[in-house]
Amino acid sequence: MAEITKEQVKHVADLARLAITEEEAEMFTEHLSSIISYAEQLNELDTENVKPTTHVLDLKNVLRKDEPKKWITQDEALKNAPDKQDGLFRVPSILE
Amino acid sequence: MALFDHTIKTLEEKLHNKEINVQDLVSASYERIQKVEKDVKAFITLNEEQAREKAKKLDETGAGNEKLFGIPVGIKDNIMTKGLRTTCASQFLSNFNDPLYDATVINKLEAENAVTIGKLNMDEFAMGSSTETSSYAKTRNPWNTDYVPGGSSGGSAAAVAAGEVLFALGSDTGGSIRQPASFCGVVGLKPTYGRVSRFGLVAFASSLDQIGPITRTVEDNARVLEIIAGHDAMDSTSANVDVEKYTESLTGDVKGLKIAVPKEYIGEGVNPEVREAVMHALKQYEAMGATWEEVSLPHSKYAVATYYLLSSSEASANLARFDGVRYGVRSEKAKTMEEMFKLSRSEGFGEEVKRRIMLGTFALSSGYYDAYYKKAQKVRTLIKNDFDEIFQKYDVVMGPTNPTTAFKIGEKIDDPLTMYTNDILTIPVNLAGVPGISIPCGFSSEGLPIGLQIIGKPFAESTVYRAAHAFEQQTTYHQKQPQLGGANK
Repeated sequence: MAEITKEQVKHVADLARLAITEEEAEMFTEHLSSIISYAEQLNELDTENVKPTTHVLDLKNVLRKDEPKKWITQDEALKNAPDKQDGLFRVPSILE
Repeated sequence: MALFDHTIKTLEEKLHNKEINVQDLVSASYERIQKVEKDVKAFITLNEEQAREKAKKLDETGAGNEKLFGIPVGIKDNIMTKGLRTTCASQFLSNFNDPLYDATVINKLEAENAVTIGKLNMDEFAMGSSTETSSYAKTRNPWNTDYVPGGSSGGSAAAVAAGEVLFALGSDTGGSIRQPASFCGVVGLKPTYGRVSRFGLVAFASSLDQIGPITRTVEDNARVLEIIAGHDAMDSTSANVDVEKYTESLTGDVKGLKIAVPKEYIGEGVNPEVREAVMHALKQYEAMGATWEEVSLPHSKYAVATYYLLSSSEASANLARFDGVRYGVRSEKAKTMEEMFKLSRSEGFGEEVKRRIMLGTFALSSGYYDAYYKKAQKVRTLIKNDFDEIFQKYDVVMGPTNPTTAFKIGEKIDDPLTMYTNDILTIPVNLAGVPGISIPCGFSSEGLPIGLQIIGKPFAESTVYRAAHAFEQQTTYHQKQPQLGGANK
């Protein structure tokens, strides 16, 4: 039985780049615990010699020639950006 | 004129004989929307000005050999439409007014000159089974507006059921086309994984997502799939398998068809009225010369847990792209880079999306990866093997699409696990990558539609359509119309 703590939930939120409130941390602790406990039923199955499925199609690497193609312009790429300057995406400073 | 009274084929004839023109058709769509949308709330964004302009242009040029000439279509709002707002029903993308390109499926519809009427409501980022996690509106079931339309393609199913558009595109990761089709009494197909290009579909769980058509008849559905299916160099997971002429498979003949009915699909937890409707449908198939036997898909009960671990893990990676840098809404409170990421995502995403990202991040995190993510991938193999084995002896698998009919708005939204387990009969199909359709097969005593699910072998959409069409020919469920916004006729 998996017991997920509030501290774990806060750590996971940090990894996922989500800011959560104390109430949300409590709610997610409860929800994740119940979902993970439910998922524990998979342990009833012996999968020692079972290969994992990543994709259902029997796909090998799909390769193509690395050729430049016309796609979007710099202006178009910046069109939906929340902040931009001099043809670049603008973000808050990462240095103090 | 009312769209309700027509199929793509009958409209094609009317357009060809000049009884109507495209502008009449597009007007009929917006008039219906004007009349019923306040009750149904299927759309997030309407495309009226551009649609009317296109209709005028099409009337001037006239029809060539296009297969969807002038047909009004609604598009789920997680499919990219160039220059037309695409929100995924999320506040994060509320200002994404000018997408740079069309999804491959949109290019294909455009090539056949279908007319995009608008973008349809859905659960936020397709995460949900009721369209209640949309941050825009709660779409209502046209058969009874106190009930959910299902989800996540709830807007797509409701718009078709309410006669607002002739057909719609949805996407299906764990049942998101079939379950709302079932709840709204329409036809919805999830194609084989890789059958339809996902290029331009905002990714939720990339190993499971597929785009598919929602229509009022099987024939319309087959016609749309014929157009949107096929290999696409822009989606490396799209399959290089020839597209069949699905419409030509609709012979009405199911003599000798071997049907498997998993006991897990008609057992405990399935509402008696739903079970009865499905058993009645099986009798109908017998009368048409098909045979059915009860079988077992022994790993069915593990599908929901497997699905939520895998789909949430994939989602946690896919949704990392929403960082507030290139598009979407950036938090105004953010002063540092770290805050920009965290606050933009926290303000932009709703609760269900956060819950799935958290679950997925947990399942992929150091120390838990083997116990949860990898374990689920292994169980996925067992679930797929179940289907492989059954399909050695049978042509199709049949059962209910959903254990129940539509539930009431608000009834399950506060209990995530109960909401998740509702998808138990649709999820295995995505995990195995096989095609599945939901068609109307009856009504509950409350007058809510019941869906029959028909599942086929990989790339055997023709067989699925043939079986679905034969049943439709013998029944009238698909002709019944919801009495919404006054009488429909």
